[in-house]
Amino acid sequence: MRAAATTEPGRLQIIGALLALLVVVFGAVTSFEVADRYSAADDVVERSQPLSAVAAKIYGSLASADTAASSGFLAGAQEPASVQKGYRDDITTASELLVDAASSTDSSSDSGRQIATINEKLPRYTGLVERARANNRQGLPLGGAYLRYANQLMTQEILPAAEKLYASETARLDQDHEDARLWPFLGLAAGVVALGVLAWAQRRNYLRTNRVFNHGLLAATAAATVVLLWLAVGHTVARVELNNANTNGQASLKVLNDARISSLKARASENLTLVARGAVLTEKKGDEPQKDQYEVDYQSHMTALGEALSKADKLADDKTGRAPVESARAATTEWQYRHKSANATDKAGNYDDAVDKVIGDNASTGQTFDTVDDELEKAIGHEQEEFTDSAKAGRGALFGLAIGALVLGLLGAVGAILGVNRRLSEYR
Amino acid sequence: MNTDATDTHGRPTGRRTGVTVAAVVALAATLTLLPLSRADRADDRGEARQAATQAAPAAEEADCEEPERSLRASREDGPTIDKIKARGHLIVGIDQSSYRWGYRDPATKTIEGFDIDLARAIATDILGSPKDIVFRAIPTNQRVDALNTDTDSGVDLVVRTMTINCARSEQVAFSTAYFEAGQQILAPKDSGITGYDESLSGKRVCSADSTTAYDELVKNSFGAIFEDEDDGTPKDKDILTVPNQLDCLVRLQMGEVDAIVTDNALAAGQAAQDPAVELVGEPFTKEYYGVAAKLGNDDLVRRVNQVLEEYRAGGADSPWMKSYDRWLKAGLPGIKGPPEAKYKD
Repeated sequence: MRAAATTEPGRLQIIGALLALLVVVFGAVTSFEVADRYSAADDVVERSQPLSAVAAKIYGSLASADTAASSGFLAGAQEPASVQKGYRDDITTASELLVDAASSTDSSSDSGRQIATINEKLPRYTGLVERARANNRQGLPLGGAYLRYANQLMTQEILPAAEKLYASETARLDQDHEDARLWPFLGLAAGVVALGVLAWAQRRNYLRTNRVFNHGLLAATAAATVVLLWLAVGHTVARVELNNANTNGQASLKVLNDARISSLKARASENLTLVARGAVLTEKKGDEPQKDQYEVDYQSHMTALGEALSKADKLADDKTGRAPVESARAATTEWQYRHKSANATDKAGNYDDAVDKVIGDNASTGQTFDTVDDELEKAIGHEQEEFTDSAKAGRGALFGLAIGALVLGLLGAVGAILGVNRRLSEYR
Repeated sequence: MNTDATDTHGRPTGRRTGVTVAAVVALAATLTLLPLSRADRADDRGEARQAATQAAPAAEEADCEEPERSLRASREDGPTIDKIKARGHLIVGIDQSSYRWGYRDPATKTIEGFDIDLARAIATDILGSPKDIVFRAIPTNQRVDALNTDTDSGVDLVVRTMTINCARSEQVAFSTAYFEAGQQILAPKDSGITGYDESLSGKRVCSADSTTAYDELVKNSFGAIFEDEDDGTPKDKDILTVPNQLDCLVRLQMGEVDAIVTDNALAAGQAAQDPAVELVGEPFTKEYYGVAAKLGNDDLVRRVNQVLEEYRAGGADSPWMKSYDRWLKAGLPGIKGPPEAKYKD
């Protein structure tokens, strides 16, 4: 080696080997890093985001089932068929999605444990609802007590588990997202080094031979430049798109899902105010008069709904996204207004009128709730589309880069060797 | 309905023999012990209990003795009666979810029960027809407010299983007592629990939050388990102490508790909804229900007391007994008549 380094052909051989190695390494490192980013982006699109959406749907269906159960109950012994169907559909959706979620989740993980909790408690919940219905049909007030017990199980045990499941699936999505957006530092550094050494070798060649171009080295430089640019531009585009998916899609989805849950909980509490009839009061605090627990719950859920909607309005980045959010906001205001009137009617002792103002067909709070729910569904659909489009574009920006970098790296190395060999042949 | 209910509870099918044996034993025991236990209750525990329960409020409000004493009955009209007559109907605050007392049947949407019968009797007396009445369903925590407000939600009277006590006597004017209730044990028929006694030892006993029932268990639980682990925290599962007395029956049917301590008048409503439970032992406290009016509406209170005088009169044929037979006797047997009226003037 030392002997070889003392003669020019020897030096050329070393330089050739070094150049070839650097270019191959550059290609390989780029390929490796990009494959990693690509698979993370692919996970975002194909796995973690859908799972997070599934978790959100489980959460939503469960809350919606509870709302439907209380609405049907309030309607009297004979529940409207549509409400009964709504309840059944919600329970079916939740059960099916739980199976889906379980199949892609390790049962010992946090998500797995939450799924187990929900699976264990859901049959108990439906059992309580059926007992509530059976008693209500017989005209026994015990039905209302069963319904309240079911609601308690849902809000205190099942929904928190669903919320945790959603949170942990969303955390997994965020992690995949971070992984996909991480700069390919090693690839970029290897590219700069390879190009630098190539430039040095060509300058050296020029100084010694006075020949400006060596085709082989030029080809190697071109290959390395293409890979570096592709990497830099491709990944920048991917980052921009993924960021877009995150800020425009996922962030909106999160607050919209929160809004939907709050509206469902508020609706269930509103119904229960009329089912419980003051049977459940807030905890005694000093001399303060105790309030109706469900009315207090309704107010706090409505506040949360208002806050989530105002956040969603700020996050909405286009007209299609903003329109449903603004309709939902308007409906929420109307809902509160109508609730006040229903509440006053109830307080005045006109129970039947109050019930009509809550579940009736004419200017009821139920109608405003339905509007809120429909508009939120529209908004969620839109943001989900935005997310998927952006995330797919981000993943697309990295498409072919891994294999391309590898091939170009090899080609560049061949070019470097050919170029150096051409000089070497002059010594024979 | 009977068998349906027991089937859904998943009790073993061999239960029926158990019931029969238990019933025979219980019957024999009752027959032999009846005179003794009656005497025992009246002379010792009943009186002692009553003294004990009255001692507690008395410590806070020394000037309140026998709050069930009311204004002397009279038929004379006054400003309140005139106002009601001018209006043409009586407005009464009632409960609509207390079975057999004031309950809105969801199928017929009519309100009925022992309290409702009494309210209609008052309306008939003042205005001539049981239909000259408007019922306002009010929750428990609105009873006092509903009497004191002048807005649309105001009521002339509250007839809503309202216990007469010293604290409330400062906020509303009560009629004479129209019902005597007491805390008692409600348990499944074959449970082996015999009353508020040692048979509760080790049993899970349910009571509603901040009620006399709970306070009595704190004083003496006979070794029963009656407090949830996380009471008073958001983790509270509301199994042994629950928001409402009816919730106890839910827990009992779900097999989460063994017995219930509650007001026997309300328990009658519970027993009417579940033929598998019954009141056991004797009441161990004494409280009175009264019709409440706004403080100062003396003419109305006197008129209600007059109505009650007539309502109670007639022995077994009195309107009171008829209403009792219709609504309460099945769940709360053994009552011979209404409590006696006591006046303070």
